[in-house]
Amino acid sequence: MGALVMSKAITIDGKSVSFIDGQTIMDAALAAGVYIPHLCHNPEFEPHGNCKLCIVSVNGRNMTACTMPAAEDMVVASNTPELDSDRQALVQMLFVEGNHICPACEASGNCQLQAAAYYLKMLSPHFMHFYPPREVDASHPDIFLDLNRCILCELCVRASREVDGKNVFGISGRGIGTHLVVNAASGRLGDTNFAVTDRAAQVCPTGAILIKRQGYKIPIGQRTFDHKKISEVQMEPVKRTEPEHE
Amino acid sequence: MEPHEFPHIEQQLAPVFERHGCEANQLLKILREVQEIFHFVPPAAITCVASHLGVPRTQVEGVAGFYFFLSLKSVGKYRLLFSDNVTDQMQGNPELMQYFCHKLWLEPGKVSEDNLLSVDSTSCTGMCDQGPAALVNGWPLTNLDRDRLDLIAELIHDKKPVCDWPSMLFEVKDNIRRAGTLLGEPFKPGAAIRATLDRGSAATLMEMEASGLRGRGGAGFSVARKWSLCRAAAGDHHYIVCNADEGEPGTFKDRVLLNSYADLICEGMTVGARIVGATQGFLYLRGEYRHLLKKLEEVLARRRATGLLGRSILGETGFDFDIEIHLGAGSYICGEESALIESLEGKRGRPRNRPPFPVTHGYLDQPTVVDNVETLACAARIALQGGEWFAAIGTTQSTGSKILSIAGDCARPGIYEYPFGITLHEILGDCGAEDPYAVQVSGPSGTLVSSKEFDRRISFEDLPTAGAFTVFKRGRDILQVVQNFAHFFAHESCGFCTPCRVGTQLQKKIVDKITHGHGTVYDLEELKHVGHIMQSMSHCGLGHTAANPVLDMLEKFPDAYEHKLKNFAFEPVFDLDGALETARNITGRDDAWAHLS
Repeated sequence: MGALVMSKAITIDGKSVSFIDGQTIMDAALAAGVYIPHLCHNPEFEPHGNCKLCIVSVNGRNMTACTMPAAEDMVVASNTPELDSDRQALVQMLFVEGNHICPACEASGNCQLQAAAYYLKMLSPHFMHFYPPREVDASHPDIFLDLNRCILCELCVRASREVDGKNVFGISGRGIGTHLVVNAASGRLGDTNFAVTDRAAQVCPTGAILIKRQGYKIPIGQRTFDHKKISEVQMEPVKRTEPEHE
Repeated sequence: MEPHEFPHIEQQLAPVFERHGCEANQLLKILREVQEIFHFVPPAAITCVASHLGVPRTQVEGVAGFYFFLSLKSVGKYRLLFSDNVTDQMQGNPELMQYFCHKLWLEPGKVSEDNLLSVDSTSCTGMCDQGPAALVNGWPLTNLDRDRLDLIAELIHDKKPVCDWPSMLFEVKDNIRRAGTLLGEPFKPGAAIRATLDRGSAATLMEMEASGLRGRGGAGFSVARKWSLCRAAAGDHHYIVCNADEGEPGTFKDRVLLNSYADLICEGMTVGARIVGATQGFLYLRGEYRHLLKKLEEVLARRRATGLLGRSILGETGFDFDIEIHLGAGSYICGEESALIESLEGKRGRPRNRPPFPVTHGYLDQPTVVDNVETLACAARIALQGGEWFAAIGTTQSTGSKILSIAGDCARPGIYEYPFGITLHEILGDCGAEDPYAVQVSGPSGTLVSSKEFDRRISFEDLPTAGAFTVFKRGRDILQVVQNFAHFFAHESCGFCTPCRVGTQLQKKIVDKITHGHGTVYDLEELKHVGHIMQSMSHCGLGHTAANPVLDMLEKFPDAYEHKLKNFAFEPVFDLDGALETARNITGRDDAWAHLS
């Protein structure tokens, strides 16, 4: 990659960002150290584009940064009060459609949904809570699956398919009834070949997939987002692999 | 039911597998048959189908859980689905459904204790001109009333197979009230293909260009441009798809075209195939139009027999093309072209990320043209009669004619073909609308037009439409109309992206709150806020347009909701009396003492 001449460029919030063909706006932004809020995107996996937090304005039209290929002369606006306000509303929507109880949640402080809410200065869920009845599956010896916290980002689906080669997870239902399913006739995680060492066990941005017997090992106050903003954390792996970038 | 209740499932499914083979893109077809055999898709069948196709179990469960006509729980031997389009609603379908449920001791959405039948409502079945309508095991019932429901109850009680029910229950009329160039002039099968072969593909494409033909499905994209892009795209195979997933509530013109003008549609597809270089075409027929399947298959067979489909069409060596019909399974979003392609591939109907667009990466990632039924019919006429002829009809930006599906408060509901540019006034006069107050043009995703705007014109320049034209007379409760639409979008959102999945629900809940008399000025602002988020952040057209009826009402019909609003600025969404609903249901009570005043 380093050998290629990066002559093409887009502009994000007035800053020129170079890209190579095949990169999305998100790829280019992350490589250049420009942060665009996101939840369902993780550079390790195929882009998915469903949380919509990374929507940016491209030459005046809203586009999903993690799936839209970068093209020369794109003028991208991302860090604007309007978009951040819309993103905040999306995070609020994710909060009210599930059952999120941050103060009592084991994932508190390590949760990207919570961190995104702080980053976008969300002060309350704003919308009416849906209080959906959702299931908790404790059948697996090492892992809890708590669908109350699932935000349908499909990171576990992708990780299990693309990295673990197992297809432990999938999506069924539709509309507000869309939900995560596991690869077993019983519908129980314990009846799948899911292992705690799977990549899919490590990628949940919230506390929907929790490793058993780890609860509160790291006390609240010493967790990832207690010290760093989501923008810093989500940029870290990219900076490690692309050290030559500004 | 437990998986062990199906010990012979592999033998039971063997003939299904035999028919459809073991390609993963046959999944939806296989699941439709599984549903017919078991009246649901049991877990054991999911496992069996997954292993047969060599796909993850989760993928099969994902598809089975997506489509409304497939179910993961038993829906009984008979499944009666009442159409809940706003026209069916105005014709009394909710009361009829209640009557039927009461009569048979049923609860909507739940199967009877003897596992015999279930009753539910479904999105518009496309029978708005002859409602109230319903579907029984996928077959359309029209002109419902209490007498007919009594008869249906008897038939079900006697366990009579649906195929032996009296045919008058299933009668579907075309109701063509006004025919123009598309519907009125005779057409000889093969004539447009002959003209295309004589003129040559490039020259025929020029005729399409000259005609100015734009897509009739709503978006209005240039047909010549779409076909040129697909023709120029590199790929092992090219495909042409007829989008007959006519799901927009209030639209039923494709039903009539498919029933009585199938040759014109097939001809349009064949001309398109010649131009883009496709050898395979698909007709994606919405599940609700299953009754048309046999007739369409017969048309295809006749065309094969007369050399209009198959190998060496009209004797032209190398011109090979055939059409396969693919039946949908109850999903509005599959009318969106990339979701339709996903569905053709046997997957969940989720709109794709674009680019790439279907013209370069469509069905099986190959260059694919997806055109509306009416568009293809127009294309056949243009291939025969030339672009100039077509461009002379209509307006500058909107050439040709438009078929409207007119229903609601009018004396003569049915199909009307007009040159583009016609005013709403004229249309309302023709269909016998008495004291019209509002018209929903192009269905819930279109525009709610008030009587002040009846001089507006049907055209891409002014009021674009995919064909629905629903009339409301003075005195109709517009809030109730909009509530119906809000419920529709919430039911049909595919659930992929946050803004649409959650936004359509929020919109529904807020409109319900106002309808129930608990709304305030604050809630009106909330509707605008949610509408803005859906419009600006959604993944596809469904989310972008889901707020249209609500926002139109807020802007144009203040009388519809203002009297319903509470006087104070805020009322909590938590409804104390509403919270007792579960308790009332359990105890079977609905008297005054079971309510908080």
